[in-house]
Amino acid sequence: MSVDLKIKIGSMEMKNPVTVASGTFGYGPEYADLVDLNRLGAITVKGICPEEHVGNPTPRTFETRGGMLNAIGLPGPGAKGFIEKYIPFLNQYDTPVIVNIWGKGKDDYARVVEMLDGETGVDAFEINLSCPNVKEGGSAFGTDVSTFSSVIELVRSKTKKPIIPKLAPNVPNIGAFARAAEESGADAIAIMNTMPAMAINIDTLEPELANKFGGLSGPPIKPIAIKLVFDAARNCSIPIIGMGGIFEPEDAIEFLIAGATAVAVGTANFVDPATTIRVIDGIERYLAEKGHASVYDIVGTVKA
Amino acid sequence: MKQELTTVLEHDNFQGEYRILRLAAPAVGPLVQPGQFLELQVPRLGERILRRPFSIYQADASGVAVLYKAVGRGTDAMAGIRPGDEVSIIGPLGNGYPEADPAKTPVLVAGGYGNAALYILAQRLAKPGIAFFGGRSAIDILLVKEFEALGWEVRPTTDDGSLGTRGLVTAAFDPWTAEQDPAALEVFVCGPNPMLKAIGDRAISKNFTAWLSLDRNMACGVGACLTCVIKRKTEDGWEWARCCKDGPIFESREILWEK
Repeated sequence: MSVDLKIKIGSMEMKNPVTVASGTFGYGPEYADLVDLNRLGAITVKGICPEEHVGNPTPRTFETRGGMLNAIGLPGPGAKGFIEKYIPFLNQYDTPVIVNIWGKGKDDYARVVEMLDGETGVDAFEINLSCPNVKEGGSAFGTDVSTFSSVIELVRSKTKKPIIPKLAPNVPNIGAFARAAEESGADAIAIMNTMPAMAINIDTLEPELANKFGGLSGPPIKPIAIKLVFDAARNCSIPIIGMGGIFEPEDAIEFLIAGATAVAVGTANFVDPATTIRVIDGIERYLAEKGHASVYDIVGTVKA
Repeated sequence: MKQELTTVLEHDNFQGEYRILRLAAPAVGPLVQPGQFLELQVPRLGERILRRPFSIYQADASGVAVLYKAVGRGTDAMAGIRPGDEVSIIGPLGNGYPEADPAKTPVLVAGGYGNAALYILAQRLAKPGIAFFGGRSAIDILLVKEFEALGWEVRPTTDDGSLGTRGLVTAAFDPWTAEQDPAALEVFVCGPNPMLKAIGDRAISKNFTAWLSLDRNMACGVGACLTCVIKRKTEDGWEWARCCKDGPIFESREILWEK
């Protein structure tokens, strides 16, 4: 029996449910020698705001047990730079592109969408409302439901392309945010961003990151993400893109069973760039072995 | 750039605390240019997950060799690697040294096992030149015979005076360069950051070209994560440059040093 890996996020069709987490895959070319980009369900690029942004001082990452902290601070070329530098490259591939967008203020979200919406090769917007590493914007928009909703409504008014708010893990009630996202016109939600975290050097007494705090990613956060996906899925009917510590196909399958329709591979790209391809193949194998015809057959099937 | 599952051919003590790891890597080996590096997934690193960057000592059609010092968690965990083990590498990475100017005298400056990263360059340069190798003690001065066999004049320096001139590498480099026409020199440097800065400062004040191989903590190694950025001078200030992708080789005048 053949397995159908296709899924849809709003109007965007993905040939399989596997994308990459924003910030772990550059803008695509960085990994093009190592990963067949045509095989990915979608490419999610690093966060873009309207203007060029310099990001945080170094050190920007720190390895922890089983994972890593990062406080990169969203450096990037801005919308214009992204269009000039990366859109022609991305258009060579038969893979939809999800552009992660962020802003220092609410207006930035509207402006960056206006700048990018007309581009062929921008297939969807992931709205970063949860970056723990920028002073302005980021998580300030993602931890208060009414601000969160207002940004989504604003972005909704600027584009017909799918919009996918990315949620912060450190909220008391993820279900409320999932419901708010759906009511505000989001096509899907992405869960989760990194977990705010810190590491301290015991000799210098200084934080290991120049930004003091960062976001924890990798296998240590997977069980947190699984529960957030599980909770959110029970509070909304739009698709969820699940992410957090996916290193093996089994991790991705667990997200699907918890209620995600698609998944994103993040930190694992740094460790084994072939992870996305292994995960795609592993999901297909699992579905075939269990006698399923489609990814949708297992989405949210957790017995709980 | 390729990801390759290699087989360990040799993993031995080389000298002092330095070890040599030789890998069968027919995909990566032939691609290596002088100054490039590898990201190596250290087996049995346990709860630490990221790859570690290593400069390349030797490379040919069949594979690569890495010369390293056991200095941290990653290299400690490498002690158990045995011939026949499989090791995943990504490489070759980085820009490598530019084509040397044939009109100039090539000069190598290295600290400790940094000279291993200059060996392929020395092999492939049209003519040999002079090499200044610094280390703590005689045991830290590697590969003198190997460079001499390629026709290089090697001038060692050691902190304790146990080999060559006593002092830092500049103790031998400075008096020699004072007698040269700086415009006729092209200097290639690999070593600890204070050494890179010391030679880089001299390149600017004395007016010679110096290519510095920078070493920063890295995560991805391919230019995606933006961990290893350094400040590169621009006309009106500076910009971030990725050590792994835009470097690791920078000309001394490109770098804006931070404290």
